[in-house]
Amino acid sequence: MLSESRREKILENSEKLIIDYIKPNSRVLDLGCGEGALLEKLQAGKNVRAVGIEIDEKNVLTCISKGLSVCQGNIDEGLTDYADKSFDYIIINNTLQQIFKPEYVINEMRRVGKIIIIGMASFTFWKIRLSLLFHGKLPKTAFYQYEWYNTPNIRVISVKDFKIFADAHNIEILDFYGNVKNNFYKLPINIANLISKYCIFICR
Amino acid sequence: MNAKAEINDNNIKFKDSVGIVEKKLLHFNNAEKKLLLDCGQILFPFILAYETYGQLNAKKDNVILIFHALSGDSHAAGYYSEEDKKPGWWDMMIGPGKAFDTNKYYVICSNVIGGCMGSTGPSSVNPQTGKPYCLTFPQITINDMVKAQKMLLDELGIKKLFSVSGGSMGGMLGLQFMINYPDMLDSAILFATTARLSAENIAFNAVGRMAITSDPNWNNGEYYDKQPPDAGLAVARMLAHITYLSREILKEKFDRKLQDKEKYSYDFNIDFQVESYLKYQGYSFVRRFDANSYLYITKAMDYFDLTDKDGKLTPAFRNLNKNMKVAVVSFTSDWLFPTAMSKMIVNALKSQNIDVTFCEVNSNRGHDAFLLEKEKLTTIVKGFLENVERK
Repeated sequence: MLSESRREKILENSEKLIIDYIKPNSRVLDLGCGEGALLEKLQAGKNVRAVGIEIDEKNVLTCISKGLSVCQGNIDEGLTDYADKSFDYIIINNTLQQIFKPEYVINEMRRVGKIIIIGMASFTFWKIRLSLLFHGKLPKTAFYQYEWYNTPNIRVISVKDFKIFADAHNIEILDFYGNVKNNFYKLPINIANLISKYCIFICR
Repeated sequence: MNAKAEINDNNIKFKDSVGIVEKKLLHFNNAEKKLLLDCGQILFPFILAYETYGQLNAKKDNVILIFHALSGDSHAAGYYSEEDKKPGWWDMMIGPGKAFDTNKYYVICSNVIGGCMGSTGPSSVNPQTGKPYCLTFPQITINDMVKAQKMLLDELGIKKLFSVSGGSMGGMLGLQFMINYPDMLDSAILFATTARLSAENIAFNAVGRMAITSDPNWNNGEYYDKQPPDAGLAVARMLAHITYLSREILKEKFDRKLQDKEKYSYDFNIDFQVESYLKYQGYSFVRRFDANSYLYITKAMDYFDLTDKDGKLTPAFRNLNKNMKVAVVSFTSDWLFPTAMSKMIVNALKSQNIDVTFCEVNSNRGHDAFLLEKEKLTTIVKGFLENVERK
Protein backbone atom coordinates (compact mmCIF):
# COMPACT_ATOMS: atom_id res chain seq x y z
CA MET A 1 0.00 0.00 0.00
CA LEU A 2 1.30 3.40 -0.95
CA SER A 3 0.17 5.11 2.25
CA GLU A 4 1.80 2.36 4.31
CA SER A 5 5.18 2.78 2.64
CA ARG A 6 4.88 6.57 2.84
CA ARG A 7 4.19 6.25 6.54
CA GLU A 8 7.20 3.97 7.05
CA LYS A 9 9.43 6.35 5.11
CA ILE A 10 8.26 9.38 7.09
CA LEU A 11 8.79 7.61 10.39
CA GLU A 12 12.21 6.43 9.30
CA ASN A 13 13.18 9.96 8.37
CA SER A 14 11.77 11.33 11.61
CA GLU A 15 14.09 8.92 13.44
CA LYS A 16 17.02 10.05 11.31
CA LEU A 17 16.28 13.67 12.11
CA ILE A 18 16.06 12.91 15.82
CA ILE A 19 19.28 10.88 15.77
CA ASP A 20 21.11 13.70 13.97
CA TYR A 21 19.87 16.18 16.51
CA ILE A 22 21.17 14.26 19.53
CA LYS A 23 24.71 14.99 20.66
CA PRO A 24 27.05 12.06 21.27
CA ASN A 25 27.59 10.72 24.82
CA SER A 26 24.35 12.15 26.11
CA ARG A 27 21.61 10.51 28.17
CA VAL A 28 18.41 9.77 26.30
CA LEU A 29 14.99 8.49 27.35
CA ASP A 30 12.62 7.21 24.67
CA LEU A 31 8.97 7.04 25.67
CA GLY A 32 7.06 4.27 23.94
CA CYS A 33 10.25 2.79 22.52
CA GLY A 34 8.51 -0.21 20.88
CA GLU A 35 11.05 -2.78 19.78
CA GLY A 36 13.86 -0.34 20.44
CA ALA A 37 14.85 0.54 16.85
CA LEU A 38 15.62 4.17 17.69
CA LEU A 39 17.47 3.29 20.89
CA GLU A 40 19.56 0.75 19.05
CA LYS A 41 20.67 3.27 16.45
CA LEU A 42 21.40 5.91 19.07
CA GLN A 43 23.44 3.51 21.14
CA ALA A 44 25.44 2.19 18.22
CA GLY A 45 26.15 5.47 16.46
CA LYS A 46 26.39 8.02 19.23
CA ASN A 47 27.52 6.15 22.32
CA VAL A 48 24.44 7.45 24.00
CA ARG A 49 23.23 6.14 27.37
CA ALA A 50 19.74 5.29 26.26
CA VAL A 51 16.75 4.01 28.18
CA GLY A 52 13.30 3.17 26.88
CA ILE A 53 9.87 2.97 28.46
CA GLU A 54 7.50 0.52 26.86
CA ILE A 55 4.18 -0.96 27.96
CA ASP A 56 4.07 -4.18 25.93
CA GLU A 57 5.85 -7.22 27.41
CA LYS A 58 6.81 -8.68 24.01
CA ASN A 59 8.39 -5.39 22.93
CA VAL A 60 10.19 -5.12 26.27
CA LEU A 61 11.65 -8.62 25.84
CA THR A 62 12.75 -7.73 22.30
CA CYS A 63 14.49 -4.59 23.58
CA ILE A 64 16.24 -6.53 26.36
CA SER A 65 17.37 -9.22 23.91
CA LYS A 66 19.03 -6.46 21.88
CA GLY A 67 20.99 -5.46 24.99
CA LEU A 68 18.99 -2.28 25.51
CA SER A 69 17.96 -0.83 28.86
CA VAL A 70 14.20 -0.66 29.02
CA CYS A 71 11.59 -0.25 31.74
CA GLN A 72 8.22 -1.84 31.26
CA GLY A 73 5.58 0.66 32.24
CA ASN A 74 2.86 3.07 31.36
CA ILE A 75 4.11 6.46 30.13
CA ASP A 76 1.16 8.09 31.86
CA GLU A 77 2.84 7.27 35.17
CA GLY A 78 6.31 6.27 34.09
CA LEU A 79 8.40 9.40 34.71
CA THR A 80 7.45 10.15 38.30
CA ASP A 81 10.56 8.80 39.94
CA TYR A 82 13.23 10.14 37.64
CA ALA A 83 15.23 12.99 39.13
CA ASP A 84 14.92 16.51 37.70
CA LYS A 85 16.93 17.06 34.50
CA SER A 86 18.40 13.57 34.66
CA PHE A 87 18.21 13.11 30.88
CA ASP A 88 19.70 15.31 28.16
CA TYR A 89 16.91 14.40 25.77
CA ILE A 90 13.51 12.82 26.15
CA ILE A 91 11.88 11.58 22.98
CA ILE A 92 8.26 10.74 22.34
CA ASN A 93 7.91 9.79 18.71
CA ASN A 94 4.61 8.67 17.21
CA THR A 95 3.20 7.89 20.68
CA LEU A 96 1.64 11.10 22.03
CA GLN A 97 -1.66 10.31 20.30
CA GLN A 98 -1.98 7.14 22.41
CA ILE A 99 -1.54 8.48 25.92
CA PHE A 100 -4.23 9.51 28.39
CA LYS A 101 -2.57 12.43 30.11
CA PRO A 102 -0.45 14.29 27.52
CA GLU A 103 -0.37 17.53 29.49
CA TYR A 104 0.96 15.77 32.56
CA VAL A 105 3.40 13.69 30.53
CA ILE A 106 4.81 16.68 28.65
CA ASN A 107 5.24 18.58 31.93
CA GLU A 108 7.02 15.56 33.35
CA MET A 109 9.21 15.31 30.27
CA ARG A 110 10.25 18.92 30.79
CA ARG A 111 10.99 18.32 34.45
CA VAL A 112 13.11 15.21 33.83
CA GLY A 113 14.67 16.18 30.49
CA LYS A 114 16.76 19.13 29.39
CA ILE A 115 15.43 18.97 25.83
CA ILE A 116 12.24 17.23 24.77
CA ILE A 117 11.59 15.96 21.27
CA ILE A 118 8.02 15.34 20.17
CA GLY A 119 7.22 13.65 16.86
CA MET A 120 3.56 13.36 15.95
CA ALA A 121 1.05 13.06 13.16
CA SER A 122 -0.93 16.23 12.44
CA PHE A 123 -4.67 15.96 11.93
CA THR A 124 -5.01 19.16 9.91
CA PHE A 125 -3.17 17.90 6.84
CA TRP A 126 -5.14 19.24 3.85
CA LYS A 127 -6.29 15.85 2.60
CA ILE A 128 -7.82 15.11 5.98
CA ARG A 129 -9.61 18.45 5.91
CA LEU A 130 -11.01 17.77 2.44
CA SER A 131 -11.98 14.23 3.28
CA LEU A 132 -13.92 15.44 6.30
CA LEU A 133 -15.58 18.14 4.22
CA PHE A 134 -16.58 15.92 1.30
CA HIS A 135 -17.15 12.54 2.90
CA GLY A 136 -18.43 13.70 6.27
CA LYS A 137 -16.88 10.77 8.08
CA LEU A 138 -13.59 10.02 9.80
CA PRO A 139 -10.79 10.12 7.25
CA LYS A 140 -8.34 7.29 6.78
CA THR A 141 -4.78 8.25 5.95
CA ALA A 142 -1.27 6.98 6.39
CA PHE A 143 -1.31 7.89 10.08
CA TYR A 144 -5.00 7.30 10.74
CA GLN A 145 -5.70 3.84 9.43
CA TYR A 146 -8.12 2.56 12.05
CA GLU A 147 -11.85 2.77 12.59
CA TRP A 148 -13.08 4.94 15.44
CA TYR A 149 -13.94 1.83 17.46
CA ASN A 150 -10.60 0.05 17.26
CA THR A 151 -8.02 2.80 17.01
CA PRO A 152 -5.28 2.95 19.66
CA ASN A 153 -4.98 6.63 18.76
CA ILE A 154 -7.20 8.21 21.34
CA ARG A 155 -6.22 11.78 20.47
CA VAL A 156 -6.08 13.89 17.36
CA ILE A 157 -3.56 16.72 17.48
CA SER A 158 -2.52 19.31 14.93
CA VAL A 159 0.62 21.35 14.49
CA LYS A 160 -1.26 24.48 15.43
CA ASP A 161 -2.89 22.89 18.47
CA PHE A 162 0.50 21.90 19.79
CA LYS A 163 1.85 25.41 19.20
CA ILE A 164 -1.07 26.89 21.15
CA PHE A 165 -0.45 24.35 23.94
CA ALA A 166 3.27 25.21 23.97
CA ASP A 167 2.60 28.97 24.19
CA ALA A 168 0.12 28.50 27.01
CA HIS A 169 2.60 26.36 28.98
CA ASN A 170 5.67 28.54 28.39
CA ILE A 171 7.27 25.77 26.38
CA GLU A 172 10.05 27.16 24.25
CA ILE A 173 10.11 25.70 20.74
CA LEU A 174 13.78 25.48 19.76
CA ASP A 175 13.19 23.91 16.37
CA PHE A 176 10.26 22.78 14.33
CA TYR A 177 10.10 20.47 11.31
CA GLY A 178 7.21 19.38 9.10
CA ASN A 179 7.29 16.79 6.37
CA VAL A 180 6.80 17.35 2.67
CA LYS A 181 6.50 13.96 1.00
CA ASN A 182 9.20 11.81 2.62
CA ASN A 183 11.44 14.53 3.96
CA PHE A 184 11.41 17.00 6.80
CA TYR A 185 11.97 20.76 6.45
CA LYS A 186 11.97 23.75 8.76
CA LEU A 187 8.57 25.11 7.75
CA PRO A 188 6.50 27.95 9.17
CA ILE A 189 3.99 26.48 11.61
CA ASN A 190 0.94 27.73 9.64
CA ILE A 191 2.21 26.14 6.43
CA ALA A 192 3.07 22.84 8.09
CA ASN A 193 -0.35 22.86 9.70
CA LEU A 194 -1.80 22.60 6.20
CA ILE A 195 0.71 20.56 4.22
CA SER A 196 2.44 18.23 6.72
CA LYS A 197 1.26 14.80 7.80
CA TYR A 198 3.92 14.55 10.47
CA CYS A 199 5.90 17.06 12.46
CA ILE A 200 8.65 17.26 15.02
CA PHE A 201 8.84 19.79 17.82
CA ILE A 202 12.10 20.22 19.68
CA CYS A 203 11.37 22.07 22.89
CA ARG A 204 12.63 23.09 26.25
CA MET B 1 18.06 -50.75 31.47
CA ASN B 2 21.42 -52.01 30.20
CA ALA B 3 24.64 -50.15 30.81
CA LYS B 4 24.87 -48.76 27.30
CA ALA B 5 21.38 -47.33 27.38
CA GLU B 6 22.17 -45.71 30.71
CA ILE B 7 25.25 -44.00 29.30
CA ASN B 8 23.19 -42.66 26.41
CA ASP B 9 20.64 -41.48 28.89
CA ASN B 10 23.30 -39.62 30.81
CA ASN B 11 24.63 -38.10 27.61
CA ILE B 12 21.22 -36.56 27.10
CA LYS B 13 20.99 -35.60 30.76
CA PHE B 14 24.40 -33.95 30.80
CA LYS B 15 23.96 -32.21 27.47
CA ASP B 16 23.83 -28.44 28.16
CA SER B 17 24.63 -29.23 31.78
CA VAL B 18 27.68 -28.30 33.81
CA GLY B 19 27.85 -32.06 34.46
CA ILE B 20 29.11 -33.55 37.70
CA VAL B 21 29.71 -30.95 40.37
CA GLU B 22 31.00 -31.02 43.90
CA LYS B 23 29.91 -29.26 47.03
CA LYS B 24 32.85 -27.60 48.78
CA LEU B 25 33.06 -26.57 52.42
CA LEU B 26 35.04 -23.57 53.55
CA HIS B 27 35.89 -23.44 57.27
CA PHE B 28 36.15 -19.99 58.79
CA ASN B 29 38.22 -20.65 61.87
CA ASN B 30 40.67 -17.79 61.75
CA ALA B 31 39.96 -15.93 65.00
CA GLU B 32 40.60 -12.60 63.24
CA LYS B 33 37.73 -13.20 60.87
CA LYS B 34 34.63 -13.48 62.99
CA LEU B 35 31.16 -12.76 61.75
CA LEU B 36 29.54 -10.05 63.85
CA LEU B 37 25.79 -10.52 63.50
CA ASP B 38 23.07 -7.85 63.47
CA CYS B 39 21.66 -9.31 66.70
CA GLY B 40 24.94 -8.43 68.43
CA GLN B 41 26.26 -11.97 68.76
CA ILE B 42 29.28 -13.39 67.03
CA LEU B 43 29.23 -16.47 64.84
CA PHE B 44 32.55 -18.26 65.10
CA PRO B 45 33.79 -20.57 63.85
CA PHE B 46 31.52 -21.36 60.94
CA ILE B 47 31.37 -23.22 57.65
CA LEU B 48 30.06 -22.13 54.27
CA ALA B 49 29.05 -24.69 51.66
CA TYR B 50 29.47 -23.53 48.09
CA GLU B 51 29.69 -24.74 44.51
CA THR B 52 31.32 -23.25 41.46
CA TYR B 53 30.65 -23.76 37.77
CA GLY B 54 32.77 -22.67 34.82
CA GLN B 55 36.29 -21.27 34.92
CA LEU B 56 37.61 -18.21 36.70
CA ASN B 57 39.48 -16.15 34.10
CA ALA B 58 42.94 -14.69 34.64
CA LYS B 59 41.61 -11.21 35.41
CA LYS B 60 39.08 -12.69 37.83
CA ASP B 61 36.41 -10.46 36.35
CA ASN B 62 33.94 -13.04 35.06
CA VAL B 63 32.36 -13.98 38.37
CA ILE B 64 28.60 -14.21 38.86
CA LEU B 65 27.32 -14.86 42.38
CA ILE B 66 23.96 -16.60 42.59
CA PHE B 67 21.82 -16.37 45.74
CA HIS B 68 19.33 -19.10 46.54
CA ALA B 69 15.81 -18.71 47.93
CA LEU B 70 14.37 -19.88 51.27
CA SER B 71 14.45 -23.61 50.56
CA GLY B 72 17.37 -23.60 48.14
CA ASP B 73 21.03 -24.44 48.67
CA SER B 74 24.47 -24.20 47.11
CA HIS B 75 23.52 -26.80 44.50
CA ALA B 76 22.34 -24.42 41.78
CA ALA B 77 23.38 -26.49 38.75
CA GLY B 78 24.63 -29.86 37.57
CA TYR B 79 24.50 -33.28 39.19
CA TYR B 80 26.36 -34.80 42.14
CA SER B 81 26.81 -38.16 40.43
CA GLU B 82 26.06 -40.12 37.28
CA GLU B 83 23.06 -41.66 39.03
CA ASP B 84 21.76 -38.37 40.42
CA LYS B 85 18.20 -37.89 39.12
CA LYS B 86 17.68 -34.23 39.88
CA PRO B 87 19.96 -31.36 38.84
CA GLY B 88 20.60 -28.22 40.91
CA TRP B 89 17.68 -25.85 41.53
CA TRP B 90 18.55 -23.35 38.75
CA ASP B 91 20.00 -25.79 36.23
CA MET B 92 17.69 -24.33 33.58
CA MET B 93 19.60 -21.05 33.87
CA ILE B 94 23.19 -22.09 34.61
CA GLY B 95 25.30 -24.15 32.20
CA PRO B 96 27.21 -24.09 28.94
CA GLY B 97 25.31 -21.87 26.50
CA LYS B 98 22.59 -21.18 29.04
CA ALA B 99 21.52 -17.80 30.42
CA PHE B 100 24.39 -17.74 32.91
CA ASP B 101 26.78 -19.24 30.39
CA THR B 102 29.44 -21.28 32.17
CA ASN B 103 31.60 -21.20 29.02
CA LYS B 104 31.99 -17.53 29.75
CA TYR B 105 31.28 -16.92 33.41
CA TYR B 106 32.50 -18.37 36.68
CA VAL B 107 29.32 -18.96 38.66
CA ILE B 108 29.38 -19.30 42.44
CA CYS B 109 26.48 -20.30 44.69
CA SER B 110 26.73 -20.64 48.44
CA ASN B 111 24.33 -21.98 51.07
CA VAL B 112 23.23 -19.22 53.46
CA ILE B 113 24.25 -19.31 57.08
CA GLY B 114 21.36 -20.57 59.15
CA GLY B 115 20.74 -23.15 56.44
CA CYS B 116 20.92 -26.90 56.68
CA MET B 117 22.73 -27.91 53.50
CA GLY B 118 26.35 -27.61 54.57
CA SER B 119 26.64 -24.07 55.90
CA THR B 120 26.50 -23.54 59.64
CA GLY B 121 22.99 -23.39 61.01
CA PRO B 122 20.92 -24.52 64.01
CA SER B 123 21.42 -28.19 63.11
CA SER B 124 25.23 -27.80 63.08
CA VAL B 125 27.31 -28.91 66.04
CA ASN B 126 28.38 -26.06 68.26
CA PRO B 127 32.14 -26.69 68.71
CA GLN B 128 31.99 -25.26 72.22
CA THR B 129 29.43 -27.77 73.48
CA GLY B 130 29.86 -30.63 71.06
CA LYS B 131 26.07 -30.63 70.57
CA PRO B 132 23.82 -29.16 67.88
CA TYR B 133 23.12 -25.44 68.34
CA CYS B 134 19.34 -25.89 68.25
CA LEU B 135 17.86 -22.62 69.54
CA THR B 136 21.21 -21.41 70.90
CA PHE B 137 22.06 -20.60 67.29
CA PRO B 138 21.99 -16.80 67.05
CA GLN B 139 19.20 -15.21 64.98
CA ILE B 140 20.60 -14.27 61.60
CA THR B 141 19.47 -11.64 59.08
CA ILE B 142 19.71 -11.23 55.31
CA ASN B 143 22.56 -8.79 55.96
CA ASP B 144 24.43 -11.45 58.00
CA MET B 145 24.00 -13.97 55.18
CA VAL B 146 25.43 -11.46 52.71
CA LYS B 147 28.35 -10.59 54.98
CA ALA B 148 29.21 -14.28 55.27
CA GLN B 149 29.20 -14.66 51.46
CA LYS B 150 31.47 -11.63 51.14
CA MET B 151 33.91 -13.41 53.46
CA LEU B 152 33.74 -16.39 51.13
CA LEU B 153 34.61 -14.18 48.14
CA ASP B 154 37.52 -12.71 50.11
CA GLU B 155 38.83 -16.19 50.82
CA LEU B 156 38.55 -17.08 47.14
CA GLY B 157 40.44 -13.91 46.24
CA ILE B 158 37.54 -12.44 44.26
CA LYS B 159 37.38 -8.67 44.41
CA LYS B 160 34.89 -7.89 41.67
CA LEU B 161 31.62 -9.43 40.55
CA PHE B 162 30.34 -9.15 37.03
CA SER B 163 26.86 -9.77 38.35
CA VAL B 164 24.80 -11.11 41.22
CA SER B 165 21.43 -12.73 40.77
CA GLY B 166 18.68 -14.50 42.63
CA GLY B 167 14.95 -14.82 43.01
CA SER B 168 12.68 -14.29 45.99
CA MET B 169 14.91 -14.31 49.12
CA GLY B 170 17.84 -14.59 46.70
CA GLY B 171 16.80 -11.21 45.29
CA MET B 172 16.84 -9.76 48.80
CA LEU B 173 20.42 -10.95 49.24
CA GLY B 174 21.18 -9.32 45.88
CA LEU B 175 19.76 -5.97 47.01
CA GLN B 176 21.66 -6.17 50.30
CA PHE B 177 24.88 -7.01 48.45
CA MET B 178 24.41 -3.97 46.17
CA ILE B 179 24.05 -1.77 49.24
CA ASN B 180 26.86 -3.32 51.31
CA TYR B 181 29.53 -3.61 48.62
CA PRO B 182 28.65 -1.14 45.86
CA ASP B 183 32.11 -1.02 44.34
CA MET B 184 32.35 -4.77 43.95
CA LEU B 185 29.50 -4.97 41.45
CA ASP B 186 28.91 -4.27 37.78
CA SER B 187 25.32 -5.45 37.77
CA ALA B 188 22.50 -7.30 39.49
CA ILE B 189 19.52 -9.29 38.22
CA LEU B 190 16.69 -9.56 40.70
CA PHE B 191 13.69 -11.85 40.20
CA ALA B 192 10.34 -11.85 42.00
CA THR B 193 11.64 -10.07 45.04
CA THR B 194 11.01 -7.18 47.41
CA ALA B 195 12.87 -4.54 49.38
CA ARG B 196 10.68 -5.19 52.41
CA LEU B 197 8.48 -8.03 53.57
CA SER B 198 4.84 -6.96 53.75
CA ALA B 199 2.51 -7.72 56.66
CA GLU B 200 0.97 -10.38 54.44
CA ASN B 201 4.38 -11.99 53.81
CA ILE B 202 5.19 -11.95 57.52
CA ALA B 203 1.75 -13.40 58.28
CA PHE B 204 2.35 -16.41 56.04
CA ASN B 205 5.79 -16.96 57.57
CA ALA B 206 4.30 -16.70 61.07
CA VAL B 207 1.74 -19.40 60.34
CA GLY B 208 4.49 -21.63 58.96
CA ARG B 209 6.58 -21.16 62.09
CA MET B 210 3.55 -21.77 64.29
CA ALA B 211 2.93 -25.08 62.49
CA ILE B 212 6.47 -26.15 63.38
CA THR B 213 6.57 -24.92 66.95
CA SER B 214 3.13 -26.45 67.66
CA ASP B 215 4.37 -29.88 66.68
CA PRO B 216 5.16 -31.69 69.99
CA ASN B 217 8.17 -33.27 68.30
CA TRP B 218 9.70 -29.84 67.89
CA ASN B 219 10.52 -29.91 71.61
CA ASN B 220 11.85 -26.35 71.78
CA GLY B 221 14.13 -27.05 68.87
CA GLU B 222 15.84 -30.02 70.50
CA TYR B 223 14.95 -32.96 68.34
CA TYR B 224 18.17 -33.87 66.53
CA ASP B 225 18.52 -37.18 68.39
CA LYS B 226 14.75 -37.82 68.30
CA GLN B 227 11.81 -37.86 65.94
CA PRO B 228 11.87 -34.44 64.17
CA PRO B 229 8.73 -32.26 63.82
CA ASP B 230 7.94 -33.57 60.35
CA ALA B 231 4.22 -32.88 60.52
CA GLY B 232 4.77 -29.26 61.52
CA LEU B 233 7.39 -28.65 58.84
CA ALA B 234 5.22 -30.36 56.21
CA VAL B 235 2.28 -28.10 57.04
CA ALA B 236 4.56 -25.05 56.89
CA ARG B 237 5.77 -26.13 53.46
CA MET B 238 2.25 -26.87 52.22
CA LEU B 239 1.08 -23.42 53.20
CA ALA B 240 4.15 -21.77 51.70
CA HIS B 241 3.81 -23.81 48.53
CA ILE B 242 0.30 -22.41 47.97
CA THR B 243 1.78 -18.91 48.08
CA TYR B 244 4.27 -19.90 45.36
CA LEU B 245 1.48 -20.91 42.97
CA SER B 246 -1.32 -18.93 41.37
CA ARG B 247 -5.06 -19.30 41.10
CA GLU B 248 -4.66 -19.88 37.35
CA ILE B 249 -2.10 -22.66 37.64
CA LEU B 250 -4.02 -24.41 40.42
CA LYS B 251 -7.09 -24.45 38.18
CA GLU B 252 -5.08 -25.56 35.17
CA LYS B 253 -3.24 -28.34 37.01
CA PHE B 254 -5.88 -29.63 39.42
CA ASP B 255 -9.14 -27.74 39.35
CA ARG B 256 -11.52 -30.00 41.35
CA LYS B 257 -10.16 -33.28 39.98
CA LEU B 258 -10.37 -36.23 42.36
CA GLN B 259 -7.39 -38.34 43.36
CA ASP B 260 -7.71 -42.00 42.26
CA LYS B 261 -11.46 -42.04 42.81
CA GLU B 262 -14.72 -41.35 41.06
CA LYS B 263 -16.79 -40.16 44.00
CA TYR B 264 -16.27 -38.19 47.17
CA SER B 265 -15.18 -40.34 50.09
CA TYR B 266 -17.18 -38.42 52.71
CA ASP B 267 -14.33 -38.75 55.18
CA PHE B 268 -11.08 -36.90 55.87
CA ASN B 269 -8.91 -38.95 53.59
CA ILE B 270 -7.61 -37.32 50.45
CA ASP B 271 -10.34 -36.59 47.92
CA PHE B 272 -8.84 -33.97 45.65
CA GLN B 273 -5.68 -34.06 43.54
CA VAL B 274 -4.60 -30.72 44.93
CA GLU B 275 -4.65 -32.19 48.45
CA SER B 276 -2.51 -35.09 47.38
CA TYR B 277 -0.09 -32.81 45.56
CA LEU B 278 0.37 -30.51 48.55
CA LYS B 279 0.81 -33.40 50.93
CA TYR B 280 3.48 -34.83 48.65
CA GLN B 281 5.20 -31.42 48.50
CA GLY B 282 5.06 -31.14 52.29
CA TYR B 283 6.45 -34.57 53.04
CA SER B 284 9.14 -34.56 50.38
CA PHE B 285 10.33 -31.25 51.83
CA VAL B 286 10.87 -32.66 55.33
CA ARG B 287 13.28 -35.21 53.89
CA ARG B 288 15.65 -32.47 52.82
CA PHE B 289 15.05 -29.55 55.14
CA ASP B 290 15.56 -28.84 58.82
CA ALA B 291 12.64 -27.36 60.79
CA ASN B 292 14.85 -25.06 62.89
CA SER B 293 16.53 -23.70 59.76
CA TYR B 294 13.05 -22.97 58.43
CA LEU B 295 12.31 -20.94 61.57
CA TYR B 296 15.58 -19.01 61.41
CA ILE B 297 15.49 -18.25 57.71
CA THR B 298 11.84 -17.17 57.57
CA LYS B 299 12.53 -14.90 60.53
CA ALA B 300 15.54 -13.44 58.72
CA MET B 301 13.22 -12.63 55.81
CA ASP B 302 10.65 -11.04 58.13
CA TYR B 303 13.33 -8.69 59.44
CA PHE B 304 14.25 -7.63 55.90
CA ASP B 305 13.23 -4.03 55.30
CA LEU B 306 15.42 -1.62 53.38
CA THR B 307 13.03 1.32 53.72
CA ASP B 308 13.43 4.14 56.21
CA LYS B 309 10.97 5.38 58.84
CA ASP B 310 8.85 7.08 56.18
CA GLY B 311 8.67 3.92 54.10
CA LYS B 312 11.09 5.34 51.51
CA LEU B 313 13.57 3.10 49.76
CA THR B 314 15.68 5.79 48.09
CA PRO B 315 17.87 6.54 51.14
CA ALA B 316 19.08 2.91 51.15
CA PHE B 317 20.11 3.30 47.50
CA ARG B 318 21.92 6.61 47.90
CA ASN B 319 25.40 5.08 47.96
CA LEU B 320 24.92 2.50 45.23
CA ASN B 321 27.48 2.27 42.48
CA LYS B 322 26.11 4.79 39.99
CA ASN B 323 27.70 2.95 37.07
CA MET B 324 26.05 -0.35 37.80
CA LYS B 325 23.18 -1.74 35.79
CA VAL B 326 20.25 -3.50 37.40
CA ALA B 327 17.56 -5.73 35.92
CA VAL B 328 14.38 -6.26 37.91
CA VAL B 329 11.90 -8.93 36.84
CA SER B 330 8.43 -9.61 38.23
CA PHE B 331 5.70 -12.02 37.15
CA THR B 332 2.07 -11.15 36.44
CA SER B 333 0.62 -13.97 38.57
CA ASP B 334 3.02 -13.65 41.53
CA TRP B 335 0.90 -12.56 44.48
CA LEU B 336 3.55 -13.27 47.12
CA PHE B 337 5.95 -10.61 45.85
CA PRO B 338 3.74 -8.87 43.30
CA THR B 339 4.86 -6.44 40.61
CA ALA B 340 4.23 -3.42 42.86
CA MET B 341 7.08 -4.61 45.09
CA SER B 342 9.45 -4.81 42.12
CA LYS B 343 8.30 -1.40 40.92
CA MET B 344 9.21 0.07 44.28
CA ILE B 345 12.77 -1.12 43.69
CA VAL B 346 12.75 0.09 40.07
CA ASN B 347 11.48 3.54 41.02
CA ALA B 348 14.04 3.98 43.78
CA LEU B 349 16.80 2.99 41.33
CA LYS B 350 15.46 5.45 38.74
CA SER B 351 15.58 8.26 41.29
CA GLN B 352 19.28 7.51 41.82
CA ASN B 353 20.00 7.70 38.07
CA ILE B 354 20.88 4.05 37.99
CA ASP B 355 20.49 2.28 34.67
CA VAL B 356 17.59 -0.06 35.36
CA THR B 357 15.80 -2.55 33.16
CA PHE B 358 12.42 -3.81 34.26
CA CYS B 359 10.12 -6.46 32.84
CA GLU B 360 6.85 -7.81 34.19
CA VAL B 361 6.85 -11.24 32.60
CA ASN B 362 3.49 -12.66 31.57
CA SER B 363 3.25 -15.97 33.37
CA ASN B 364 0.57 -18.03 35.07
CA ARG B 365 3.10 -19.86 37.25
CA GLY B 366 2.87 -17.54 40.26
CA HIS B 367 5.91 -16.77 42.40
CA ASP B 368 7.60 -20.01 41.28
CA ALA B 369 7.83 -18.58 37.75
CA PHE B 370 11.44 -17.58 38.42
CA LEU B 371 12.26 -21.30 38.61
CA LEU B 372 10.19 -22.25 35.57
CA GLU B 373 9.95 -19.62 32.82
CA LYS B 374 13.11 -20.76 31.12
CA GLU B 375 12.65 -19.17 27.73
CA LYS B 376 11.76 -15.64 28.80
CA LEU B 377 14.27 -15.56 31.66
CA THR B 378 17.02 -16.75 29.34
CA THR B 379 16.18 -13.96 26.89
CA ILE B 380 16.28 -11.43 29.70
CA VAL B 381 19.49 -12.61 31.35
CA LYS B 382 21.40 -13.07 28.08
CA GLY B 383 20.33 -9.69 26.70
CA PHE B 384 20.96 -7.91 29.96
CA LEU B 385 24.43 -9.40 30.48
CA GLU B 386 25.27 -8.29 26.93
CA ASN B 387 24.06 -4.83 27.89
CA VAL B 388 26.34 -4.90 30.97
CA GLU B 389 29.32 -6.10 28.95
CA ARG B 390 29.00 -3.24 26.50
CA LYS B 391 29.33 -0.57 29.16
